Amino acid sequence: MQRSLIDRLYSGVVGTITGFGMLLLLAPTLVVVVISFTGGITLKFPPPSWSLRWYVELLQSQEIIEPALTSLKVATAATILSAVLGGAAALGLARSKLKLARVLDALFMSPMVLPAMAFGLSLLLVFNLLGIRLSAATLVLGHTIICVPFVIRMVGASVQQLNPVLVTCSLSLGASHWYTFRRITLPLIRRGIVASCFVAFLTSFDNVPVSLFLADARTEVLPIKLWAILEGSLDVRVAAVSGVIVLLTLAGLVCAEIFGGVSRQIGSR
Amino acid sequence: MTPASTTASRQLLPVVPLAALFFAAFVLPLAALVLVSLFRDPQFSGLSPVQYLRFLSDPFSLKVLTDTLWLGAEVALATLILAYPLALVYVASGQFLRTLITFLIMLPLLTSTVVRTFAWIVILGRDGIINSAMLSLGFWQAPARLLYSWEGMVLALTQIQLPLMALPVINSLLRLDGNLTRAAEGLGASRARIFLTVILPLTLPGAIAGWLLVFAAAATAFITQTLVGGGRIILMPSYIYQQAVGVQDWPFAAALSLIFTLAVTGIVFAIGALSRRFVRGVDAA
Repeated sequence: MQRSLIDRLYSGVVGTITGFGMLLLLAPTLVVVVISFTGGITLKFPPPSWSLRWYVELLQSQEIIEPALTSLKVATAATILSAVLGGAAALGLARSKLKLARVLDALFMSPMVLPAMAFGLSLLLVFNLLGIRLSAATLVLGHTIICVPFVIRMVGASVQQLNPVLVTCSLSLGASHWYTFRRITLPLIRRGIVASCFVAFLTSFDNVPVSLFLADARTEVLPIKLWAILEGSLDVRVAAVSGVIVLLTLAGLVCAEIFGGVSRQIGSR
Repeated sequence: MTPASTTASRQLLPVVPLAALFFAAFVLPLAALVLVSLFRDPQFSGLSPVQYLRFLSDPFSLKVLTDTLWLGAEVALATLILAYPLALVYVASGQFLRTLITFLIMLPLLTSTVVRTFAWIVILGRDGIINSAMLSLGFWQAPARLLYSWEGMVLALTQIQLPLMALPVINSLLRLDGNLTRAAEGLGASRARIFLTVILPLTLPGAIAGWLLVFAAAATAFITQTLVGGGRIILMPSYIYQQAVGVQDWPFAAALSLIFTLAVTGIVFAIGALSRRFVRGVDAA
């Protein structure tokens, strides 16, 4: 009798906190999408009326569209660079039993541990000391370093699951290294590559600490622009930008899920 | 060189481009950061450890550091309290609820940090959801100041970082041998007691892994700290930014970055090592 009471109390507490947790996870995204359709001029919630005016306003805001395009270009470049260089490195590291391989692996993973603000500042300092002018290229360089750990982990995990006998077979049957790579290795690690490209793109597109120090007036990126807008005033156009970002991210997730089973990759990270 | 070692090093050939990039754009900058932190003044007129002494003898700077670390600890604890029930329900439920919880956890992980922070501005603001709800229900007479407060910042960061805690805790719970809880149940233990004496101790490695991830992420969350915490709460990331970009005192900013990095990674490694030594349970993910 007493035991079942304690059990019921326990279930109640667990259930309540879980409900609250699930609401907490969902609410902010929902709130952003809802407020982006407000007809009012403040962030008053619930919105006093509904309209698409902030999306229309957004289309006319060159000072937000420019940074968004810069962000897309930088994220694309950083994704390609980190996927190609990181993917090649992951393949090499996975096969090697040398001690040097483990040291390099730790080095490539360390941007994840280091507070990104420190890395951003250190890049600014080194570019200044060497007299290199800040540009989109220096920004891509910084973002690539931040994205590499994801590629190393995810592609590395795919390579670990690859049966080495398949490669040996292909080579012993007379296929060249390049042909074997193209027809055997690459298709088998595709999921890892797609998933890591997806995560790398989001990481770069969303990056603040590195861009904060490396972006100048000509290479302003979207998160920094939005941060600057919100520091000055609570501009409703940010809600429209957020609505667009949420929608595009969900669309990207669906695509990546179809081509690479991303959720399993990220879940098992 | 023997043939064996030649093939072994040839395997590392594809690693060379990335290693070169990391040397130029990661190792070299960090070396520059250390070097710059050792200059006496912003004019780089001589080497001395004066920046570190300046930090250690300045109560304001020390308080900024301890506040930042405390924020990380508080947020990590709050996410821990939310993550366990979520993980328990996840493990006990069927396919549908599992997919739903996975989706809810992935959602904030994939939406941009600025967007998530912006959502909290809408929720906590003067005309925001909490204030309008409390006012219209008659609980509060005047709107409360939730935005630009410490509590608001902790709440926002708790939501933003919850996925980092939920994933490792769920992973450890999934690896827990179900026979152990069934045995405890068969021997007559209540569910609360099973949680406290069987589940919690055995999944502690996952909880500690999550705690460390959230601690580091919350302490370094520049965007959320500045936008939800506001200009009056100064924490290490905004302090570094202000010194580097606002005041242009690069040696002090560099010293601040290194002290902050050492403090955060030091705590993460120390707790990680202690838990590997003293806590036994199912492996964390």
